[in-house]
Amino acid sequence: MKESKKVVTTEGTTQFSAELIAKMEEAKNCFPEGKEKSAILKILHLAQAEFGWLSVHSMDQIAEILRVEPIEVYEVATFYTMFHLEPVGKYVFEVCRTGPCMLVGSDQLIEYIGHKLNIGIGETTKDGLFTLKTAECLGGCGYGPLLQCRHRFHEHLTPEKIDSLIEQYQRGEIKPGAL
Amino acid sequence: MTNRKLLLEHLDVPGIQGIDAYVKHGGYASLKKALQKMSPDEVVEEVKKSGLRGRGGAGFPTGLKWSFLAKPEGIPRYLVCNADESEPGTFKDRYLMEKIPHLLVEGMILSSYALGAKTSYIYIRGEFMYVLEILQNAINEAYAKGYLGKNIFGSGFDHDLVITPGGGAYICGEETALLESLEGKRGNPRIKPPFPAVKGLWASPTVVNNVESIAAVVPIVRDGGDAYASIGIGKSTGTKLVSACGNLERPGVYEIELGLSVEEFIYGDNYCRGIAKGKKLKACVPGGSSVPILPHHLVTKTAAGEQRLMTYESLADGGFQSGSMLGSGGFIVFDEDQCIVRNTWNFTRFYAHESCGQCSPCREGTGWMEKVLHRLETGKGHLRDIDLLADINKKIEGNTICPLGDAAAWPVAAAIRHFRDEFEWHVTHPEEAQIRNYGLIQQPLVA
Ligand SMILES: Cc1cc2nc3c(=O)[nH]c(=O)nc-3n(C[C@H](O)[C@H](O)[C@H](O)COP(=O)(O)O)c2cc1C
Ligand code: SF4
Repeated sequence: MKESKKVVTTEGTTQFSAELIAKMEEAKNCFPEGKEKSAILKILHLAQAEFGWLSVHSMDQIAEILRVEPIEVYEVATFYTMFHLEPVGKYVFEVCRTGPCMLVGSDQLIEYIGHKLNIGIGETTKDGLFTLKTAECLGGCGYGPLLQCRHRFHEHLTPEKIDSLIEQYQRGEIKPGAL
Repeated sequence: MTNRKLLLEHLDVPGIQGIDAYVKHGGYASLKKALQKMSPDEVVEEVKKSGLRGRGGAGFPTGLKWSFLAKPEGIPRYLVCNADESEPGTFKDRYLMEKIPHLLVEGMILSSYALGAKTSYIYIRGEFMYVLEILQNAINEAYAKGYLGKNIFGSGFDHDLVITPGGGAYICGEETALLESLEGKRGNPRIKPPFPAVKGLWASPTVVNNVESIAAVVPIVRDGGDAYASIGIGKSTGTKLVSACGNLERPGVYEIELGLSVEEFIYGDNYCRGIAKGKKLKACVPGGSSVPILPHHLVTKTAAGEQRLMTYESLADGGFQSGSMLGSGGFIVFDEDQCIVRNTWNFTRFYAHESCGQCSPCREGTGWMEKVLHRLETGKGHLRDIDLLADINKKIEGNTICPLGDAAAWPVAAAIRHFRDEFEWHVTHPEEAQIRNYGLIQQPLVA
């Protein structure tokens, strides 16, 4: 397989802004007093949307916001597959590989994307733009093959669609989905 | 057979995502009716009469589940909606929430009234962030109209509805794992008892229901439980959302009346329109990846030669020997070109990936099955591996905290039961198995 290229992000750049902290505090308010820890997944998503991944520094800041021990944040972040615990490319393509998608060609599609971007699964392109990952069932089984990227679904994929999708992302035309 | 729609009736109304169009087409009338004319117990009674069975997979009667909810004084009760939808083959809840979000919002308020819950939660899988946004807009609209918040419809009933995302973990669809996750922890299922009805969210009595179950309460209250029960056959009442995928001419989400024949569903013009590209049906997994696979001769007919129907009973006819289950309604169809060994390996890899790791039989067993199946799929297996799989299977089944272990074991057992020759072929034709599936050529996209 091709060699893995990691984007280097320094810890210092994951300092939360006042605005981000305000959003996190708001998420806490959705839950009764004393149960604010319930907002942890929402808050982890917010941090990841901001920096692209979750550094230890990010998780430590979250522990402070939730007033819990850092380990309580680490143990949650490591359980859920949506969280990237290492730096990733600007655009992470998570391609569904589970049964129903496989029946309509996800294996071949994953191979095609890897070939097109010249990376293997789990790797990032040299320019730091794209990371290719596989995902288990994304809940779009009737619309496969499909991938998710920055809270957006791209469905009914073909090699041609992948080509144009990559170009659109390169030109920065696709904005992140809701969060 | 008629084709009544109770959930998706107004699907094509322009703007039905928004509250104005929804109200114009009868939306929130059920809520108003319940709050102004019915007691909470009367709502529960209608749901019992309707015969509604949980649409999340297990098919447990919803009214009965509600009647188990403990009601100690001075302790809050909760309704939690399971919108984690991640059983492979299932994408119906997403469709419903995206297209007609207010149906779920109305159902949540209505069901909470019946249960006496002042706050309810929708736990939606993290990948559906855009659906979360649609629902949040619907919730905001409902607050603005006074359908949420204080003193709804002047009834004195207050209600708050909160929606919150998961983080990508199939196991959080299991109700106690979901509650752990909702409490901000890892999604490890809890040992039962105590059941959520007694100790659920934050140790308070809690009902967990699937999106579709909760949405179905809206037409049940509107038309009455008896009217709902008049649709369907026997203990399979009402309509069901079925998400059809795999090698079908027209995959997608369909609302069917329970009792429709499987043949009509696969081949009918109103439904999936047959197998894609004019190919032949090879097999079908009718209720999500966890249910047993059916070979083509058992899909439209039972072993006894009767027509197979889309009902809980008919799909299960023949038990594990020759039947399957309606499950979540994730209907996966395989054409003649598909390799059962590869698919079984793929599904097992899914369960191995999604096991929370608490119980050794599940954690280790799914991992071992995945390895053995991969070996078989790539032509490196032995004939004895097939029996080894059956043996691992038995050691998982019934020996775990939650049903994920069984869900991983059953599909393997069923695949071997019905397609043993294909497993053996992979052993006896190792070279061919390396380059082709069961004698079937795969077209690579990259030369
Ligand atoms: C491994 C596992 C995954 C599950 N995933 C889901 C799911 O995604 N959605 C769902 O509604 N129920 C799921 N269930 C079933 C729930 O535990 C629970 O029975 C259901 O939410 C109850 O709602 P209902 O009675 O309305 O069907 C799952 C169960 C297991 C064991
Ligand atoms: S059966 Fe599997 S998923 Fe369920 S609790 Fe045990 S280890 Fe976790």
